[in-house]
Amino acid sequence: MGDQPTPEETLPPDEERENLLTELSESLGEILIDSYLRPHEDLWLRVRVDNWHDAVRTAKDAGFAYFGFLSAIDWNIAPEGRYENTEFDAGLIEEDEEPVKLDASTGYAGGDTRFQLLMQLHSLDRQLGVILKADLGEDMTVDTIRDLFPGADWHERETHEMFGIVFQGHPTLQPLYLPTEFEGHPLRKDFPLLARQVKPWPGVVDIEEIPERLEAQLEAEVMAAFEAEGGQA
Amino acid sequence: MTATSDREQMAYVTAQAADARVNVELDTGDMTLNIGPQHPATHGTLRIAARLDGEQVIAAEPIMGYMHRGYEKLCEVRTYPQCTTLINRIDWLGSFANEVPFILAAERLMEVEAPPRAQWIRTILFELSRIANLSLFLGDMGVQIGALTPVFFAFRDRERVLNQIEEVTGGRFHPNFDRIGGLKDDIPKGWVDETRSVMVKMRTFCDEMEDLLVGNEIFQARCRGVGVIPADMALGHGLSGANLRASGIDWDLRRDANPGLAWDQIDWRVWTHPDGDSFARYWVRLQETREATRMVDQLLDGIPSGPIMAKVPRIIKVPAGEAYISTENPLGEMGYYVVSKGDLGPFRVKIRTPSFNNISVVPWVMKGVYVPDVITILGSLYFILGDIDR
Repeated sequence: MGDQPTPEETLPPDEERENLLTELSESLGEILIDSYLRPHEDLWLRVRVDNWHDAVRTAKDAGFAYFGFLSAIDWNIAPEGRYENTEFDAGLIEEDEEPVKLDASTGYAGGDTRFQLLMQLHSLDRQLGVILKADLGEDMTVDTIRDLFPGADWHERETHEMFGIVFQGHPTLQPLYLPTEFEGHPLRKDFPLLARQVKPWPGVVDIEEIPERLEAQLEAEVMAAFEAEGGQA
Repeated sequence: MTATSDREQMAYVTAQAADARVNVELDTGDMTLNIGPQHPATHGTLRIAARLDGEQVIAAEPIMGYMHRGYEKLCEVRTYPQCTTLINRIDWLGSFANEVPFILAAERLMEVEAPPRAQWIRTILFELSRIANLSLFLGDMGVQIGALTPVFFAFRDRERVLNQIEEVTGGRFHPNFDRIGGLKDDIPKGWVDETRSVMVKMRTFCDEMEDLLVGNEIFQARCRGVGVIPADMALGHGLSGANLRASGIDWDLRRDANPGLAWDQIDWRVWTHPDGDSFARYWVRLQETREATRMVDQLLDGIPSGPIMAKVPRIIKVPAGEAYISTENPLGEMGYYVVSKGDLGPFRVKIRTPSFNNISVVPWVMKGVYVPDVITILGSLYFILGDIDR
């Protein structure tokens, strides 16, 4: 792979998405905080949470009529995370192993707060998707977009019970999946996963590095078998 | 837009008239009818709490969560290869198709591409899952209106497809066969010819279903004009797959947003129907099943030679980044939004399942229909409970 040009060099610039970004940043104006474009993949837009409803309406007016999904991300690196979870997990890490440093950034198009709204819309005319994000403040409230996309109704209910985000103007913000007496918001990073507390996940130790000499041997065997078949399986 | 407002107006008038009748003439209260949690039409445990006025539904509210397993949370404490085991169990009738978008999202983040042979075999298995999944629907729809024969035909013929999937992957329902960078194994010898003969049988099965149900007078009477979903409502609710195409919208992710599989290298077409009723949804799925058998035939002819696995490290660490990939699964648009922080496992996975959005239209579409139609509409929307509850 080394001498081949990377995809970024060979692919033409993504004009469709660039035009879309220009168009949307004009119509969104001050509502748009930041944007990120990965050519031929996707477009991320971060908007002001106070103007969430306006931003979604602007996107809908620009042709994004298909509702993909709405959810949220908790950017908190968990106190109960994979590497500092239980005493069992602590035993899995070798002494000389360096602790894994997680990337501290908050995703494409940035983010300043712990919770971030996440939404995907699709335009059938342009055949393009767009991902909208919004930072949620301390009060964890945002306007509902149920009137723009009826499908957002259940997604908002799910996001409410899983993250504790309040959608103002939503008439039936009751739990969708969880029992009514359930306490807490399971998808928050500080919500402990009980199964992990009582029993370590055995899968972590399954991944062992194969020694280099064995790896070369294995590969030679596989290639020999492949060629014995006449290059075709 | 007219269709929506007309329909809303109709529903409003019906509700008003019903209220007037109840209040003035009969002086009886509404009745609440629980449909489910255990009902053949629910493919799992979905409860629909319907408020009835006589035979007419005034309000219907699906109640789910009986099978919520919290996959999004569970994925956060697993490594990428371990996640596919869970993901298999979302839509359990078309398991292999579930794995593909997740693996593609991880591959995109790692900037790895599976070799062409792997992509072709992926596409074949994807379409085989579609046939296995949809053939059950084709028979099951008969049960919803009281015809028992089609479902026996469906179980009989679906088994042939499952056998083919099992022969490659080792699992009938949960293959767990897709890997980051390729596939676990190659296809066995003689499999191509066997699959070709199975595809011939599946086309016969589609013909049988057409004879038994589509041309059937009772089936037409029960399904035509029932549960009409206009195009704008379908888009706003995020309906996808055959449900969207039955509302006249020509959109198929296999054609319009192909994430690198072999669909663009074969000749096939997207089927749509303008009516948007239960019959249209059945008809579109029937055509799609038949089309899928033709696609498999073409794919079998052109499997390229070469390796089935790209070079990937043995311990998979995915670089930090975000990716959303969705594919056209048997039930509709299935997508994974994967957030990685450069760890062994994903930081956050949002699973966008087709059935969740497809069923969110139920409270709207059920307003004003009659009780027996509730079942045909539910059946024709076609959902898998694991796909709603995740």
